[in-house]
Amino acid sequence: MLAASFDDPAPSWRPAAGGHVAVTAARVLRVGRHRTPSLAAGPARAGALPWPSVRPRTLARAITRVLASMLALWAGASLAAPADTLHDDRGEPVVAGPPARRIVSLLPSLTESVCALGACDRLVGTDRYSNWPQSVRALPKLGGLDDAQVERIVALHPDVVLVSTSARLAERLEALGLKVLALDSRSHADVKHSLFVLAQALGLPAAAQPVWDAIERQTRAAAERVPATMRGRRVYFEVDTTPYAAGAQSFIGQTLTRLGMTNAIPAVLGAFPKLNPEYVVRLQPDIVMAGQLELQTMAQRPGWGALRALRERRSCGFASDRYELLVRPGPRMGEAAAVLADCLAALSPRTDGSP
Amino acid sequence: MTSPDRRRRARLIVGLALGSAALLGVGLGAGSDGWSLDALWRVGSSPDAALIVGQIRAPRTLGAWLTGALLGLAGAVAQGLFRNPLADPYLLGSASGASLGVVLVLAASALSGHAISLVTAHALAHLGLVSAAFAGALLGVMLTLLLARGAQQSTRLLLAGVVVGVVLSAFSDLVTTVAPEAMRGKQAFLLGNTGFLGWGSCAALAIGVVAAGALSWRLARALDALVLGSDTAVSLGVHLQHTRLALVAVMALATGLAVSQTGLIAFVGLVAPHLVRRLAPAPAGYTVLASGAAGGALLLLADVLARTLIAPQEVPVGVLTALLGGAYLIWLLHRRAAT
Repeated sequence: MLAASFDDPAPSWRPAAGGHVAVTAARVLRVGRHRTPSLAAGPARAGALPWPSVRPRTLARAITRVLASMLALWAGASLAAPADTLHDDRGEPVVAGPPARRIVSLLPSLTESVCALGACDRLVGTDRYSNWPQSVRALPKLGGLDDAQVERIVALHPDVVLVSTSARLAERLEALGLKVLALDSRSHADVKHSLFVLAQALGLPAAAQPVWDAIERQTRAAAERVPATMRGRRVYFEVDTTPYAAGAQSFIGQTLTRLGMTNAIPAVLGAFPKLNPEYVVRLQPDIVMAGQLELQTMAQRPGWGALRALRERRSCGFASDRYELLVRPGPRMGEAAAVLADCLAALSPRTDGSP
Repeated sequence: MTSPDRRRRARLIVGLALGSAALLGVGLGAGSDGWSLDALWRVGSSPDAALIVGQIRAPRTLGAWLTGALLGLAGAVAQGLFRNPLADPYLLGSASGASLGVVLVLAASALSGHAISLVTAHALAHLGLVSAAFAGALLGVMLTLLLARGAQQSTRLLLAGVVVGVVLSAFSDLVTTVAPEAMRGKQAFLLGNTGFLGWGSCAALAIGVVAAGALSWRLARALDALVLGSDTAVSLGVHLQHTRLALVAVMALATGLAVSQTGLIAFVGLVAPHLVRRLAPAPAGYTVLASGAAGGALLLLADVLARTLIAPQEVPVGVLTALLGGAYLIWLLHRRAAT
């Protein structure tokens, strides 16, 4: 059931439908709301925050800088105007203050990001799905995004609560005087943005770039390991048995593209389109990827026995921990790329291992 | 009116008042770690305890009672209006309308520029879940009234309610198919949740309870006449069209408010009037108001149980109301069958 897959294995797997149009539109909406080029200028200047605690001279300098950049903008020279402040995905600025020492994270991918930035020991509670790294399993579990336990969260005295956008919880927590950071993680760009915003809030602005670089490095290394015979093959990655697939716009699809693979699903169908089972059979993807259990019974679906990829065992079934890694848009995306590359390498006819 | 009847009614009212008061007290002590009365004692001395009890537990407890009261009230009005013991407050399309509102807000960012314009998406996101649910509920009822061409015929109104319910649910399913990210939020809305109620919510709910209570008290005589059938009611001087419309308005207002604050909480609106009629048969005015009090007590009881049964985790409150209400109805049926 789809609802189950939203709740259990990877609640942070939050597909956005509507294809590139919607993704771009969302980006436009986000940028439009607070006039910040979300990535272009943000991370590079993440360290310097001129606004709080201003001295007259700095103020004068800041005004000059703003005027100068406005002029530049007016002249059409630069689109990246004064964007020193990072924003969360509701458009709320992440003001420089004392770095957050006590953090509650209500999204597994954000929990992982906090830990990857080296602040795992600052977490005081998580949602019920956060399970990586091992140390977070012992933390108080505070429910899910939509049924979080407000009282327990408040009792933990967090400096900041990490949520995703469109949670009613954020409003309630803010009314109770807590600081809330809402971060989306739908694409590679979202994950990068989240890392930099988080690093800022943690007072570790320099920590984000190395984490992102590691993801990039791992992804590149994984891409190099994909056998030449596999490159360009058409992959069908199933995220739910209904069936929902990972399209090219999703973070999973983006990783596959980086590995040099083609997505069997046309990009116009959106990030996580719900498909007609017949459509998949007609697509005849070269490679099928899914959870191990789902893959085992896939050929028994009406007509799916005709899928050549299944008959010729050109498929990857991922055990549940591996699968969870793949469908979680966080700092382990590089590792996920490696898992995909392993599978593709094993499938290559040149290797002598069993497929 | 015989005096045993009067005594029963008085006893029920006293019982409900005492029960509600006791539960309100218990609700302040039922915390996230099970029973934590020490937080109550420390309210005066520690700002932390004051925040937790004063800003979280108190509004949640009172809000749960008020929501239950709205649902109980609306349920009694619905059962009187339709002369049908199976009628519940969600009958006239308010539930599916509210869900559609919620789903649209949840899916707004995914649908923007695709199925809906950027401006609409922005407006939806700013509307917020609560207002969207309330607007959706009222819209659902209005659609039902339009389709039934007013509120004059019960059967027509019921059928229209069913149709609107089905069609609007289909729309929200369609939205979640296109934007699956709205699914989780919708699931939570369908289950109901009292955890996010603050003082603002309580104020809105309280105004609703007072308004709906006063209105239905004024309409009580007409409700009594309706029980005898439309023709008799007309012969008794009831202006059918106006009265029915007013009753539907009370239902829509009460249900919409309750649903927008806490989601679709099951069974309270159906069970509370049954409970009251069984314990103390009475004219409509009494039944409606007592059903409100019974609904409040019922939902608050479920809420306290939800917080404490498996603390520090929580059971969804909608699951508990369905279990409690369902068990009571089964018991009722069993008793009827036996006699």
